Amino acid sequence: MSKQYETVIGLEVHVELATKTKIFCSCSTEFGGEPNTHTCPVCTGMPGSLPVLNKQVVEYAAAVGLATGCQITQYCKFDRKNYFYPDNPQNYQISQLYLPICRNGGVEIETENGKKIVGIHEIHMEEDAGKLIHNEWDDTSLVDFNRSGVPLIEIVSEPDMRSAEEVIAYLEKLRLIIQYLGASDCKLQEGSMRADVNLSVREAGQEAFGTRTEMKNLNSFRAIARAIEGEKNRQIDILESGGKVVQETRRWDDNKECSYAMRSKEDAQDYRYFPEPDLVPVVISDQWLEEIRKKQPEFRDEKRARYKEEYGIPDYDIDIITSEKRLADIFEETIALGCKPKEVSNWLMVETMRLLKEKETDASDIRFSPAHLAALIGLVEQGKINRTVAKGVFEVMFTEDMDPVSYVEEKGLSMVQDEGTLRSTIEEIVKNNPQSVEDYKGGKKKALGFLVGQTMKAMKGKADPAMVNQILLEILG
Amino acid sequence: MESLMSLTATELGKRIQAGEVSVREAAEASLAAIEAREPKVHSFVTAADRETVLKRADQVQRQIREGSLKSPLAGVPVAIKDNMCTEGMRTTCSSRILENFIPPYTAQAVVNLEQAGAVIVGKANMDEFAMGSTTETSYFGVTRNPWNPEHVPGGSSGGSCAAVAAEECSYALGSDTGGSIRQPSSFCGVTGIKPTYGTVSRYGLIAYGSSLDQIGPIAKDVTDCAVILEAIASHDKKDSTSIAREDYRFTEGLVDDVKGMRIGIPRDYFGEGLDPEVKASVLAAAKVLEEKGACLEEFDLSLVEYAIPAYYVIASAEASSNLARFDGVKYGYRAEDAGGLHQMYKKTRSEGFGAEVKRRIMLGSFVLSSGYYDAYYLKALRTKALIKQAFDRAFEKYDLILGPAAPTTAPRLGESLGDPIKMYLGDIYTISVNLAGLPGISVPCGLDGKGLPIGMQLIGDCFQEKKLIRAAYAYQQTRSYERCASLKKGAFGNE
Repeated sequence: MSKQYETVIGLEVHVELATKTKIFCSCSTEFGGEPNTHTCPVCTGMPGSLPVLNKQVVEYAAAVGLATGCQITQYCKFDRKNYFYPDNPQNYQISQLYLPICRNGGVEIETENGKKIVGIHEIHMEEDAGKLIHNEWDDTSLVDFNRSGVPLIEIVSEPDMRSAEEVIAYLEKLRLIIQYLGASDCKLQEGSMRADVNLSVREAGQEAFGTRTEMKNLNSFRAIARAIEGEKNRQIDILESGGKVVQETRRWDDNKECSYAMRSKEDAQDYRYFPEPDLVPVVISDQWLEEIRKKQPEFRDEKRARYKEEYGIPDYDIDIITSEKRLADIFEETIALGCKPKEVSNWLMVETMRLLKEKETDASDIRFSPAHLAALIGLVEQGKINRTVAKGVFEVMFTEDMDPVSYVEEKGLSMVQDEGTLRSTIEEIVKNNPQSVEDYKGGKKKALGFLVGQTMKAMKGKADPAMVNQILLEILG
Repeated sequence: MESLMSLTATELGKRIQAGEVSVREAAEASLAAIEAREPKVHSFVTAADRETVLKRADQVQRQIREGSLKSPLAGVPVAIKDNMCTEGMRTTCSSRILENFIPPYTAQAVVNLEQAGAVIVGKANMDEFAMGSTTETSYFGVTRNPWNPEHVPGGSSGGSCAAVAAEECSYALGSDTGGSIRQPSSFCGVTGIKPTYGTVSRYGLIAYGSSLDQIGPIAKDVTDCAVILEAIASHDKKDSTSIAREDYRFTEGLVDDVKGMRIGIPRDYFGEGLDPEVKASVLAAAKVLEEKGACLEEFDLSLVEYAIPAYYVIASAEASSNLARFDGVKYGYRAEDAGGLHQMYKKTRSEGFGAEVKRRIMLGSFVLSSGYYDAYYLKALRTKALIKQAFDRAFEKYDLILGPAAPTTAPRLGESLGDPIKMYLGDIYTISVNLAGLPGISVPCGLDGKGLPIGMQLIGDCFQEKKLIRAAYAYQQTRSYERCASLKKGAFGNE
């Protein structure tokens, strides 16, 4: 490569909002369910049906706007975007073009190259489409309208990103903000967060943007990073060989690690946008906006500072715990129940992270309650169970969220507090392991560990290791 | 014996409440009239099946007997324009594309009527998707004007108006986007109200021009219309454009007193293109109101000539989008053997829609296209706002505006469709009322030389239905309902 190129990237991010009901009707937004069971005349586009805006959608959209430094359009409107496709029952999508709810914001991202602001051009509200299910066998397609009318916001960034790393940092930032707001779970794999990548390249130092392409079907951070790399190289190759990049929409195939053209600008549709006559303008009063502002939670950066100050736990712990809203919530709630911050942090950092990885689940799916975690920590602190037993109990709690106190009692897991029983068991062990006793007396301190282990085994783990140590030392003199 | 269908809806309702007439008798009278007159008039796309009607009649009778149903409309037979969804009863918009569509729900206005004890006897014919002024664009055939079967009943609510005039039912619901209640009411010699936009829920009304459509009553006189409007109007949370009005007591307007009422007569409504007989008849009606104490004054409304182009741009734009859902995928007509998806769309819509609907879809798609949006659609919206301002200025001076409902009486069948521009111009006096969201009423005020009815239109400011009703009521005290000539002559045969 003779020339230096710069990659210019802007993102269109769709986020499914976590409202209980759809944006324009009272059908459930719940994922799954038999096809066409979460439907009504409105979300199936029946003749004569009319949309009614779900206020919660406005609140979430405005909340995301506030959290990303946007100006809120206090008099905003919906528009119709007209196009024919069978997953779209009315053959138009109710969206916002002329007066989107949020404009002119930005978020700060941090990469190895330091901090920068990625601008947000606008955020608008719209409805999701249904889902087509293709039957290859008899060459038919069926439509499931359960997802039709699920509320979305589309966050359109400025073309401010220059690398895959920045894109991922930006997406992570958005994901955390939105999760902290409770506005969405933002799962790329499940489609509750979807990103389209607009990318162009230009020679380093050049002012004007190159011709961009838009890439769709990116279902993971990994796919996004690979698609950016692939598209950047494809465009540079074209330019290097004297060609011209064509403005088009491309679909990324993550299995084949390549993209192919879906449609070019020439056959770009004219969506014939016009103001939605079935909805009245949305007026967000100063008072309503203030209420939404007041509900803004403490975001990650603020939490980080506070955790350091208030709890004095290491930065490493803070980073992990605040990387998921659910973890931070559990952390704070468990501490509020009287547990030591570092103790709670350890359970989250070590056991929880291990089990999440092992079971391939997401922190947002964690089931155990802070109350039960606090109870478990209490059991250890009171010396009712030791750490090894506690880990086992936690593992069950992780999947079943039972009360550890009654569980320990039912399963007879509490430590034997009766010194007499423990002493006679140890005497027995000492008697049966003369070699180890001799080794210990001969200076091999390791032998003590062996005897402790044997005792714990005999006690089925239900002995307090400190007490075992103490009695052993006494007996061995 | 005179048919029960010759009574007004409220007269019949009174007799039913008094136990002088049973709901079944009323229903039977309507069914008999429909059976006898439909071959000549064809007001209905779908006549309700006899069993269903009688079963419903008995149900209403029971509720009346139990005392749970006291509405003046309880047990009174009604026709519903076929663009209002009726659960379990075919709703076609007089289009092939909805030929077999049976809605899973009922329009709110119809639900309100049913709660008042209405007995639906059928779905009235209309111009396809309410696009037209003659009811000739219906896929199911034309409706004839009961006054003279060689003439159209007007449109698009031509079936509703013809059914009332031919006494096939006691009253009907219509919808009005650019005059579709008032113009056919005028052509058929009945009374029809287009309420203030937002007064009657549009939920379940199959949309033509969403920002203009309103459902309203069609009946023999304004007393019926006021009672019906009171029954159908409601603030409906399912319709975001529905307005919570302070006052729904429209029948309070039924007062024979127009003393001091200021009525403006727009010169623009009496100029070129207005049939002299219509003009004379409407001015004579105005004179009657003046004699009863109203103050008449001529004025210039202005902008009248811009209403039609603005209307056709806005209504067609909305229609092009509203009608996109009829694609053969989910319900309604689907073309056979259409190859791929896009072929299926094209073939279904080419075969499913008639010429006038296609014309408006194309017009609407064009004015919304990129590069034309500002020049056409936005300009039309600005015109709409200016027209509203012109009315606002007029209503600073006047309580009502009075003019003709249409420039002519009903044209002959087949005369209008060949020249759409001329047909569009026929809406000149009604259209600006929709653009401004105002209430309007058409009141019969005489016959022309051919014996065809003429209608006077009264226009009120937003939410001023009571004033319209009062003036119409006062006028109708001087001129009782004139039955359609064919009925008087027995031209519909012996029933």
